[in-house]
Amino acid sequence: MADAPRPADEVLADTLREERGRLTAALVRILGDWDLAEELVQDAAVAALEHWPSEGVPRNPGAWLMTAARRRAIDRLRRHARYRERIRLLTAEVTQMDPGVATGGPMDADDRLRLLFTCCHPALNREAQVALTLKTIGGLETAAIGRAFLVPETTIAQRLVRAKRKIRDAAIPYRVPDLAELPARLAEVLTVLYLIFNEGYLASSGETAERRDLARDAEWLASLVARLMPDEPEVLGLLALMRLHLARAEARFANGDLVLLPDQDRRRWDHAAIRDAVALLRRAERMGRVGTYQLQAAILAEHATADSWAETRWDRIVALYDLLRRVEPTPVVRLNRALAVAELDGPTAALAELEPLAERLGGWHLYHAARADLLRRVGRAEEAVAADGRALELTDNPAERRLLQQRLAAGGVSPGAAPRGRRNGPRAG
Amino acid sequence: MKYLMLIAGDEAAWEAQTDAERTASYARVVAWWRAQTDAGRIVSGHELQPSSTATTVRLDRDGRATVVDGPFVEAKEMLGGYAVLDVPDLDAAIALASSWPEPDTLEVRPIVTDG
Repeated sequence: MADAPRPADEVLADTLREERGRLTAALVRILGDWDLAEELVQDAAVAALEHWPSEGVPRNPGAWLMTAARRRAIDRLRRHARYRERIRLLTAEVTQMDPGVATGGPMDADDRLRLLFTCCHPALNREAQVALTLKTIGGLETAAIGRAFLVPETTIAQRLVRAKRKIRDAAIPYRVPDLAELPARLAEVLTVLYLIFNEGYLASSGETAERRDLARDAEWLASLVARLMPDEPEVLGLLALMRLHLARAEARFANGDLVLLPDQDRRRWDHAAIRDAVALLRRAERMGRVGTYQLQAAILAEHATADSWAETRWDRIVALYDLLRRVEPTPVVRLNRALAVAELDGPTAALAELEPLAERLGGWHLYHAARADLLRRVGRAEEAVAADGRALELTDNPAERRLLQQRLAAGGVSPGAAPRGRRNGPRAG
Repeated sequence: MKYLMLIAGDEAAWEAQTDAERTASYARVVAWWRAQTDAGRIVSGHELQPSSTATTVRLDRDGRATVVDGPFVEAKEMLGGYAVLDVPDLDAAIALASSWPEPDTLEVRPIVTDG
């Protein structure tokens, strides 16, 4: 970092990402006004763009921004006598806290955590929670959020306005929930982060490069929460889960085509990242409070540390699914368990477990795609083609559609004719 | 912060209860209501007669009134009571609503105070 000086706007972008949530949180706490806080952060960023290119990037850019924002806040508030108490707070904090600001003392850690719990308050709808979290904690611009979700910027702006209005008018508090509420409220936060992650991870098709990588944003947010709440095993579990997914991201596409787990070139996985994520997961598990994210991460860790699809410890994976099914008794978990059973006890056993799920999962393309694969393996080719056809009708994702179309073109005769065989060539990865 | 808490429930299920069950449930609600009032969290409020007693008056732009038998909307869950709350914030209002002793649905909404 010290050798080649980086352009000021690049440093600014990085710094803003790291500091925006921190600045906004501190200012919301002091001012009690969300919009004003964001405006001040924006003003401070503009001031930085004016000064830094000529005067050089300050040694502590976060502290510089915080000071600039506070000074502007004081200027603005001086016009109104009723803000005297807030001005006093601002002045006191400018002189007392500045040296430590960007190193993240416990006080401003609390600020961001409070703000995050407000963003993910259950009284806000899911879309608002997602937009608020990305904007205020993640430091994304409204336009960037719009691009990521393929939604017009004005729609995101509307959601933010409405959410902030509800926070103000319904008096949604700005605090970390107490111990009794914490499990449910933290689960809500983690749901929002995982939703952002999945939006990025599942939607990425390897060809929409201009679309922002929300999966990386979500991973950054989860790592922030893990830093702020290091004793919550589910937070660490979610972070490990995201990192295990991201460690395999490179191998998910070959020439723009989706490559499924059995066919991925495991040499392209980031094995150092996998080791770190597994270590993180083990740390979470030692805390002795199991939960859905730790279990999902444990399943993924089994896959990520196996030398090949065939050498995967399917007995352990089925056992982990049995635990997960108790924590989260959903048909999707049962479907995934059935797929592990297919490897342990064969496709016939798995098909039997799949049939009762038809009613609840019949509208989901992955149910039909999974069923098609199993049918092909037991030689029921015609039914397999029908199931793949149904899956194709139900998905818009271009990479998934291509994969299904290839399968259908192969006629569903044998596992060898499916894309799985074709993708295994030495240069495919 | 003042909120209006609307309490809605399944009237048919209420009707289907035995007298003993109804008495027990009234006792729970009365005890709860008294505790919240004593703590200053409930400012005022009332139970309402069943929705079969409701009358809806709808006014058009010219001020002409149409009077119709029944509540605003016909639904499975009908408004059965309300309370005006005085609590610090939405979390406190949600906590209060969450402690309501019957299997009902509650809506909490801030009241517009001063202009």
